[in-house]
Amino acid sequence: MKMHIFTVYVEDLPGVLNRVASLFRRRNFNIISLAVGHSETPGVSRMTIVIQTDDGGAQRIAAHLYKLINVLRVEDITERPAVVRDLALIKVSADREQRPPLMQLAEVFGARVVDVSPQSIVIEMAGSEAKIDGLLEVLRPYGVLEMVRTGRVAMSRGVGTGSPAAGQGPTAAIPDTETGVSYSV
Amino acid sequence: MKLTGAQILWECLVREGVTDIFGYPGGAILPAYDAMLDYPIRHVLVRHEQGATHMADGYARASGGVGVAIATSGPGATNMVTGIATAMMDSSPIVCITGQVGSRLIGSDAFQETDITGITLPVTKHNYLVTRADDVAKAVREAFAIAKSGRPGPVLIDITKDAQQSSCEFDWDSAAPSVPGWRSAPDTPDTSLAHAAAILNAAERPVILAGHGVMISGAMDELRALAERAQIPVAMTLLGIGCMPASHQLNIGMMGMHGEAWVNHAIQEADLLIAAGMRFDDRVTGNLKTYAPHAKKIHIEIDPSEINKNVAVDAALVGDLRAVLKRLLPLIAEGNREQWNAHITNLKGDSAVRDIQSLPDDGHLYAAHVINDLWRATRSTETIVVTDVGQHQMWEAQYYHHEAPRSLITSGGLGTMGFAVPAAIGAKRARPDAEVWAIVGDGGFQMTMCELATAVQEGIAVKVGIINNGYLGMVRQWQEFFYERRYAATPLSGPDFVKLAEAFGIRGIGVTKRGEVNPAVEEARNHAGPVVVDFRVEQEDTVYPMVPAGADLHAMIRRPNPIVETGADV
Repeated sequence: MKMHIFTVYVEDLPGVLNRVASLFRRRNFNIISLAVGHSETPGVSRMTIVIQTDDGGAQRIAAHLYKLINVLRVEDITERPAVVRDLALIKVSADREQRPPLMQLAEVFGARVVDVSPQSIVIEMAGSEAKIDGLLEVLRPYGVLEMVRTGRVAMSRGVGTGSPAAGQGPTAAIPDTETGVSYSV
Repeated sequence: MKLTGAQILWECLVREGVTDIFGYPGGAILPAYDAMLDYPIRHVLVRHEQGATHMADGYARASGGVGVAIATSGPGATNMVTGIATAMMDSSPIVCITGQVGSRLIGSDAFQETDITGITLPVTKHNYLVTRADDVAKAVREAFAIAKSGRPGPVLIDITKDAQQSSCEFDWDSAAPSVPGWRSAPDTPDTSLAHAAAILNAAERPVILAGHGVMISGAMDELRALAERAQIPVAMTLLGIGCMPASHQLNIGMMGMHGEAWVNHAIQEADLLIAAGMRFDDRVTGNLKTYAPHAKKIHIEIDPSEINKNVAVDAALVGDLRAVLKRLLPLIAEGNREQWNAHITNLKGDSAVRDIQSLPDDGHLYAAHVINDLWRATRSTETIVVTDVGQHQMWEAQYYHHEAPRSLITSGGLGTMGFAVPAAIGAKRARPDAEVWAIVGDGGFQMTMCELATAVQEGIAVKVGIINNGYLGMVRQWQEFFYERRYAATPLSGPDFVKLAEAFGIRGIGVTKRGEVNPAVEEARNHAGPVVVDFRVEQEDTVYPMVPAGADLHAMIRRPNPIVETGADV
């Protein structure tokens, strides 16, 4: 069992997120994080999905995803060199005296203070999950009032395959020869 | 050509080759029903929408085509769910059309509104919510393409009332299916085929496990050629029955929980399993940890998500079974495997003695006798047997010897009680020249017996044989074995089925003795209309052999040997 990171390209249509999320529930896989937004191609959404499973489970969930009619391509990038980022907004209790040490801490972690109010500040940090967890740990003694995280988003390094063009069919897509599951049934 | 959404629906269905449809009208689907009258469609009015989906399913399985069911929104749609799930589990291509409230009312809890696309999401291959007349044609064309392609399955199209009523330009060609996410299966690589062939040629004790996929792919000839060429015994899953004639020397019978003892032993002793269009369901494997421990496994399967799901395999040939077998055959060495086949014959041991057919006639009527007699009576006619779920289903699989593909229709994966009568009506509609028997328990029959009225109204001459033991028999059997005979809620009463049949306007025949079986079957066969035969069989009979759920496949509970264990004089 280990974390598997999938990049999933889907048609940008109503209900598609539900179909994908429902599939994980139906097949008894627990989603650790799911981030979704536009890709570089209009009409194609890109999801980053993190799940905990073994290699066999990862292959099967990819095969199941391909069976969804609106799924264009699935890539398991767990073993590939990739940039993986999480974005966190953390609101910390801070009066005038606590502000400077908090701002110092943020700087050490490469985070930014994006809002200041008399009783609190909001720190924004983009980075690996572990690094954000580290920042969180040192902020806790000051009183974390609220936190929101996007979950991981990921992109392979180097010249990627990019998203399959919407409406043009998956012919341009590169079949996932490792799993042999790159087609619909 | 300007048409309403409702007209476009029928225009497309007719062009897809649909001639028969099973349904029930209601408010949100009324525009479609009104338009139906102008198209060459034979509509069967069901008594419950679950029946419509089972009929479409039976129609699809009997014909090899796509079955179509139609219902209104809300309860009409939700009543279809069981039939849709049944078709999903058994890879049966059906298209279900439901009406939906007006598009502006969606989300408002309007009268008879349900989120049927949400509800059916996990039990359909795909579904559509159509809110504009312009989208009807594309949805219908895609639905048919998806339902019958690859591993077939159900597709639902939910059409709002305003989409049915409003008009638009109808253009068949521009509505051609274009599914961006669609990829057809790549050819199985030569290297994979060579690898599988090498394993197969080296095997001394191989067994072919043949499933429903053989029929769906139309690979009966290729499967038989493979078996004959390499002299490999073929075991069947429940849904695989009929893919090779029962009388064929290499067909060793059904595997699994109620499979033949020698088949399960052969699988456990095998050094190679060749799984063809089957998915290692828990009902055929038993305990996975001890399943076929000495065997390598070759899995030929069109659905990649089935590979390594339950059983880890040594070679996976992903693709259409018929196409794969065609390419595999030339690589297979001719073999005789005399020793192995002789060994399997030996494995039969005292099975024949233990068989209920060999028990002395003690005046009781056994379901196995009824089914075997029915087989003898109908064997030379083109016959389709449609079963329900439970003990009678297993006895049918054991004692009706199917020679032809698509001659047994049964709910395997979902195990849906109430399936038989409506599915038989659908099958008869698809193949009117075949004799169609529904074999059903008194429990399952009472779930959907309302469809007898459908058979009468539409003049569909199905023959219904009720295996009536006054119990929910299979559940009772589990209680007998595993719950100390505490028969919680399994004794079951019912109406006088002969009188019930007569009340429906159907010929009803009651049978209580073995000697009455053949005359009753003959009378039923000679009667032009639907018939119900009530076989009042032994109440506490048991299906043997039985692999308890989760037990090792070879750890079967066997019918006691009457000589050794009871000392009875055979």
